[in-house]
Amino acid sequence: MRPEPLDPWRDPKAEPYVRIEGVTKKFGDFVAVNDVSLEIYRGEIFCLLGGSGSGKTTLLRMLAGFEQPTAGRIVIDGQDMTGIPPYDRPVNMMFQSYALFPHMTVEKNIAFGLEQERLPKGEIAARVAEILEIVKMTPYAKRKPHQLSGGQRQRVALARALVKRPKLLLLDEPLGALDKKLREHTQFELINIQERLGVTFIVVTHDQEEAMTLASRIGVMNHGTIAQVGTPTEIYEFPANRFVADFIGSVNMFEGRLVEDEPDYVRVESPELGATIYVSHGISSPPDARVWVAIRPEKIAISRERPDAQENVARGVVREVAYMGDLSIYLVQIDSGKMVRVTQPNITRHADGRITWDEAVYLSWDPTSPVVLTQ
Amino acid sequence: MSVQGGRVGRRLVVAVPYLWLLLFFLVPFVIVLKISFSEVRLAMPPYAPLLEWTGDRLAAIRINFENYSYLFTDPLYVSAYLYSLKVAAVSTVLCLLIGYPMAYAIARAPGTWRSVLLMLVILPFWTSFLLRVYAWIGLLRNNGLINNALMALGIIDEPITMMQTDFAVYVGIVYAYLPFMILPLYANLEKHDPMLLEAAADLGARPITAFLRITLPLSVPGIVAGSLLVFIPAVGEFVIPSLLGGADQLMIGRVLWDEFFSNRDWPVASAVAIVMLLLLVVPIMLFQRFERRELEERA
Amino acid sequence: MKRSGWFSRTALILGLGFLYVPIMSMIVYSFNNSRLVTVWDSANSPTLRWYFELFRNEQILSAAWLSIKVAALAATGAVVLGTLAGVALARFGPFRGRTLLSGLATAPLVMPEVITGLSLLLLFVALEQAIGWPQGRGMLTITLAHITFTMAYVTVVVQSRLTGFDDSLEEAAMDLGARPATVFFRITLPLIAPAIISGWLLAFTLSWDDLVIAQFVAGPGSSTLPMVIFSKVRLGVSPDVNALATIMVLIVAIGVVVAALLMRRRERRREREVQAATAANL
Repeated sequence: MRPEPLDPWRDPKAEPYVRIEGVTKKFGDFVAVNDVSLEIYRGEIFCLLGGSGSGKTTLLRMLAGFEQPTAGRIVIDGQDMTGIPPYDRPVNMMFQSYALFPHMTVEKNIAFGLEQERLPKGEIAARVAEILEIVKMTPYAKRKPHQLSGGQRQRVALARALVKRPKLLLLDEPLGALDKKLREHTQFELINIQERLGVTFIVVTHDQEEAMTLASRIGVMNHGTIAQVGTPTEIYEFPANRFVADFIGSVNMFEGRLVEDEPDYVRVESPELGATIYVSHGISSPPDARVWVAIRPEKIAISRERPDAQENVARGVVREVAYMGDLSIYLVQIDSGKMVRVTQPNITRHADGRITWDEAVYLSWDPTSPVVLTQ
Repeated sequence: MSVQGGRVGRRLVVAVPYLWLLLFFLVPFVIVLKISFSEVRLAMPPYAPLLEWTGDRLAAIRINFENYSYLFTDPLYVSAYLYSLKVAAVSTVLCLLIGYPMAYAIARAPGTWRSVLLMLVILPFWTSFLLRVYAWIGLLRNNGLINNALMALGIIDEPITMMQTDFAVYVGIVYAYLPFMILPLYANLEKHDPMLLEAAADLGARPITAFLRITLPLSVPGIVAGSLLVFIPAVGEFVIPSLLGGADQLMIGRVLWDEFFSNRDWPVASAVAIVMLLLLVVPIMLFQRFERRELEERA
Repeated sequence: MKRSGWFSRTALILGLGFLYVPIMSMIVYSFNNSRLVTVWDSANSPTLRWYFELFRNEQILSAAWLSIKVAALAATGAVVLGTLAGVALARFGPFRGRTLLSGLATAPLVMPEVITGLSLLLLFVALEQAIGWPQGRGMLTITLAHITFTMAYVTVVVQSRLTGFDDSLEEAAMDLGARPATVFFRITLPLIAPAIISGWLLAFTLSWDDLVIAQFVAGPGSSTLPMVIFSKVRLGVSPDVNALATIMVLIVAIGVVVAALLMRRRERRREREVQAATAANL
């Protein structure tokens, strides 16, 4: 296997392409974005992930130039964007509603941005034709937006923004208006186009699945601040705090006290579990500190017989079983009274022999699975 | 949107209509207010200035409250105000009683019919108001169509006097303002989800109950908007009472008109206008609040 | 679709009858030969006598011509000012004085005409005293007054059409490199064009129809059509007014029917296209 080139964010010599430096945005007394700093590298698909009101859209609108930061600044490719209006920025946006001009055909919509650059007619026509080809919309060039389906509109909106060859493309919930099947297909199409054109994408989304599939890195936002920045794997497997652990996927959280803290392992005493948890990696935290241990439901094994291990085992009774097709979800009430969520893939087709309601079971997990969170 | 560029353009877009409205809508009211405090005199313009140079550099301001005290001592004015309010209120209620079922029927009509029916309601609005009021003279006169028809049918022996009565004024106002009641009501009723009534029926409500408990409360904004659109202009109505009404009881619009055109008493006419405006300030502000809320809901 | 009950349907039929019987009676009697309007002269009717008399009536013809000129100018002025106000109110977000502007812009919708008329006349008189303009009263003052009270309707129509459209259309244009003026002329204006057209027609009709305000601000020798009609009908019914009403109703009816048919055809085509697009997607 060929060695992967070093990810730019791990390369100390790499120069960030977009630099967000201590940006704050206030609307009256309301702080929408609170002192956010981010560095985004050329060719990335960077996802801003967060719930509504997390400030992700405001941040995107500041990048586009529709809002001016109250404090801090944004630098794109070495150029300070402060005070530069949207129409003079090397940045284009794909709007959540697509914002296709209803009175113009597909072709005219796409040509609009190039006309603003006062390019010669021939070049405009050539570039429009080229981008239509890329998004596979050539047969629909003469149609008006209302004559297109949702997926087609999405592609026109993408083409209209990309045809300007922006340094940075901003996408606001790019797949939000599409149905589930179409969304999966479009995700991969979007990645293909991005790789082919080499444009840097910043995507705003509230959908974690979308962020996981699209992103090179994800910035999780909460209450106007960045809760964590990392690759999808880092975010999921090594959440930095309780908010991220809880926001991405589902998680079982046990509150506890750090009783042993060695370089290669820790022990947490958790009354919520009714036992100590052994975690095979160290953390840096003062002893006796209050911590939370997060364990993902798919990393917990469920069995009728007691496993051999001495630690990381809990006893309980199955209270709920939900059959989801590909997997089943069990809600197990452990001896301490706490409900623990466990998922198991349905490997066989037969239901007989599967653990079911009111059965007494043992839960267990690998010492590498839990994550210890200090905040 | 806070974009730096185009600031000048934006200022201009706001400033042009703003200045126009200030000059031609707000300033005139200030002038009316000013003149309502002046004395009438035989000149052109027929009022005395408030500010007069008194030889040396002092200016004397002469505010004259007589026009207002006159309004409240002469029973003609008070009764004209009360009568106008009564006529406007009764007409509004009549418009509502007639217009609501009409709007409801249009909103519930099948799709293709709906636009035709709506057009039939709007059409008279596009034809001359004056001529439509005038048409009632031909219908209501002693030898008019209605009396002729009733006598031909043998229902009455002598013509009923309808012209120059309250009845004629009500007919005229309701007739002229009915579309203003129906349109906001229709716009409101048409938005109602028919599923709400199905849900009510499913929960055991009979149609009457469902109407009273679901449709009627939901249509309150439409009722208020329509009522204000009828009530406010009706208070100052001039054309209808002067073509169809009698001479014994005048509406305030007519009084103002006569003060201005016949008596040439501009200060009193101004005072009449100011008092009318004070009476209408609350309904006008209410109307604007509803109008704004309606627009915000759409956004 | 749940049908309405018999009660509201009956009310609708009676109500429409109430709206149309007076208009119909004017049309029918405009062909009546008798001067006594309501007495049908069956021997000599129907006749076009009153129509011929109408077209020989210099006073009515010149008043009609003045009214057309005033209405066209006023509607055009109202469209320009009303569009600016509507765009500012719908698109500029909160700005200083916005509440006052929105108040000033909608108050003329319900303001009793006698008040508007009186206040404008007093303004014109005061202006003439102060700066000598406008000199005297006539077509200019009527037009200015009509612009003022009809622009409110244009403002409301434009504002409500614009609020129906997402702000992001204009933002998208700006994002694609269009400066504010380009955004206005290439995006905003085409979007609100239907509102501007209906606003113009509405303003024209209101100006054409206005008696009270014109009466206040008109000078001697400048009588609009409603002023002439009013002085005629005040003296009683007159058959040539029936003929005039018939012509006006006819013009409006034809205009409205044609407009409705055109809109319906466009709507149908659009629906078919939307259906085709969704079908292709499945």
